[in-house]
Amino acid sequence: MSSTPERPLTRNIRPGEPPLDLVGYERAGGYRALRRALRELTPSQIVQQVTDSNLRGRGGAGFPTGKKWSFVPHGADGGLPKYLIVNADEMEPGTFKDRLLLEGDPHQMIEAIIISAYAISASVAYIFLRGEYLRATELLTRAAHAAEARGYLGAHILDSPFSLALHVHTSAGRYMCGEETALLTALEGKRALPRYKPPFPQVVGLWGRPSVVNNVETLCNVPHIVERGAAWFRALGRTQDGGTKIYGASGHVRRPGAWELPMGTPLRELLEEHAGGIRAGRALRALLPGGASTAFLTAEHLDVPLDFSSMEPTGSRLGTGTITVADDRTCPVALLRNLEHFFAQESCGWCTPCRDGLPWTERLLGAIEDGDGEMQDLEILEMHTRFLDSGKTFCAHAPGAMAPLASGLKIFRDDFERHIRERRCPWKRAA
Amino acid sequence: MSTGDSAAMLAGAAQAAPAAAPSAPLAPELTAAIAQLVGQYDDKRAACIEALKLVQRQYRWVDDARLGALARLLDMSIAELDGVATFYNLIYRRPVGRHVILLCDSVSCWLCGADQLRARLEQRLGVEVGQTTADDRFTLLPIVCLGHCDHAPALMVDEALHGDVDAAGVDRLLEAYP
Ligand SMILES: Cc1cc2nc3c(=O)[nH]c(=O)nc-3n(C[C@H](O)[C@H](O)[C@H](O)COP(=O)(O)O)c2cc1C
Ligand code: SF4
Ligand code: FES
Repeated sequence: MSSTPERPLTRNIRPGEPPLDLVGYERAGGYRALRRALRELTPSQIVQQVTDSNLRGRGGAGFPTGKKWSFVPHGADGGLPKYLIVNADEMEPGTFKDRLLLEGDPHQMIEAIIISAYAISASVAYIFLRGEYLRATELLTRAAHAAEARGYLGAHILDSPFSLALHVHTSAGRYMCGEETALLTALEGKRALPRYKPPFPQVVGLWGRPSVVNNVETLCNVPHIVERGAAWFRALGRTQDGGTKIYGASGHVRRPGAWELPMGTPLRELLEEHAGGIRAGRALRALLPGGASTAFLTAEHLDVPLDFSSMEPTGSRLGTGTITVADDRTCPVALLRNLEHFFAQESCGWCTPCRDGLPWTERLLGAIEDGDGEMQDLEILEMHTRFLDSGKTFCAHAPGAMAPLASGLKIFRDDFERHIRERRCPWKRAA
Repeated sequence: MSTGDSAAMLAGAAQAAPAAAPSAPLAPELTAAIAQLVGQYDDKRAACIEALKLVQRQYRWVDDARLGALARLLDMSIAELDGVATFYNLIYRRPVGRHVILLCDSVSCWLCGADQLRARLEQRLGVEVGQTTADDRFTLLPIVCLGHCDHAPALMVDEALHGDVDAAGVDRLLEAYP
């Protein structure tokens, strides 16, 4: 390939500059896809296009978006609304990709919402926005008002029969709100407890009505798919998973940041070329490929393409695609203690294994780091990784918490044992 | 107590509010703003989280009297609304200082020196995380990842986000908040 790869999601984003306003966005080709969608395509044609594009959810689980949309019941709905909800809660530690899209090109988000709502025949849309994302709140609110004044939102959009009301909902901070069923509960003004599935939200969601919840980055791809086509989108990726991905790197790298790259970009390229490699004089100890709830990878995994399918054999996941890198001077026990502190604190408390198990793992890790650990603590930690695994808790929070722990106990076994044997943290200098 | 409450407790929620709660009802313009919020949802109570934030923006924290007034306004029981208020990290059910510092304690910031930053802040302010300075100027609270990990360590002071904060930077930063 000779030409520089396309980056549809971030093409309008100039670091350090304010985002395009409505006129600027239109001049850059914005809202063209919306016109095309409303004038030339039926909702089911758009769902088909998104299905053909092989767009997979960028919220972390990689669920095919077209398939998700196809579960929404069609036909007469007795005048009751269906809902589209943008998951802009972004609270996964080490993740900063949705903020980039929201702050960098708010009109792209708005256009994406309108087209996606049309595709599933939703008449009301909510952006469920993290409470701390104040700049995004301001920019999105302004963009939505401008779009409404221009006839892109509200009743009879562009003189079509389609109408959409869009609301920006700002949350008040709890990681659980990002889990899609807990998000619906939170949006109804309650404690963010998850719901049993089935029924799935596409059928019984917000106030019992059909609802689709999609991640910010997922939806931002939709206008481009509508405009350029499914085949174009698939060809953007370097592997079987189509499109581009906003990857990022933070932690002990030379140049932390976020970059839109072809889906399937190898981990090594992200780490070494884009993030500039590990800080001078240090080596890689381990990294989390896509947020706190993904299993650790080490130097032996650097050639893996970062996409949903290729990550499976590593035992980890693509997750959010923003890597968190720890160098060889990082104490792995302390690192895991930090991670499990987050998960224990953010547990919603609904089911016992998670509510009681996560604080237990945090305490054990703390004891081991502080030199008070016993060898049998390692067995208790391993027991947790089994008892809090997928299917054993009400939602995916606890299994997410166990991903770094289970992999960490294997990769860092010697480090754990050394802490226990020497009754101190070998990484801490004597005071 | 469930661990689910620990975050809220750090935000000053689990304990009952002190007795000095003013019994003034919500300011009229606040009531109007809340009514507007209600219009965005199919159910009144769905506005409660944003309404709690509006109350807090005006009065810094949510005391019992105002919580009660808001519950009546939204046709919720006080217990229900308090259950919501104590669940969320950014709703304060205990008094906070004039400025709230939210210090990220998640993984990328931890890797990039958040512990040293916390120590510096605690030393400069003379409080520990979770406390308010004696002069009521600052409350220091932990927060999870602020989505600013490429500029770790990160923190927020009131509504402003700050990244790449080192010890010297912290000193300068605090001076900007009288
Ligand atoms: C505890 C937990 C937290 C989550 N947080 C988020 C989040 O902040 N943003 C997000 O998009 N998805 C989050 N998810 C994933 C969502 O449940 C859901 O899969 C996603 O919003 C679906 O969108 P997508 O299909 O477009 O990826 C979370 C999941 C769990 C279990
Ligand atoms: S797994 Fe944890 S977060 Fe999920 S429902 Fe159970 S207690 Fe809540
Ligand atoms: S970990 Fe601190 S901002 Fe993300």
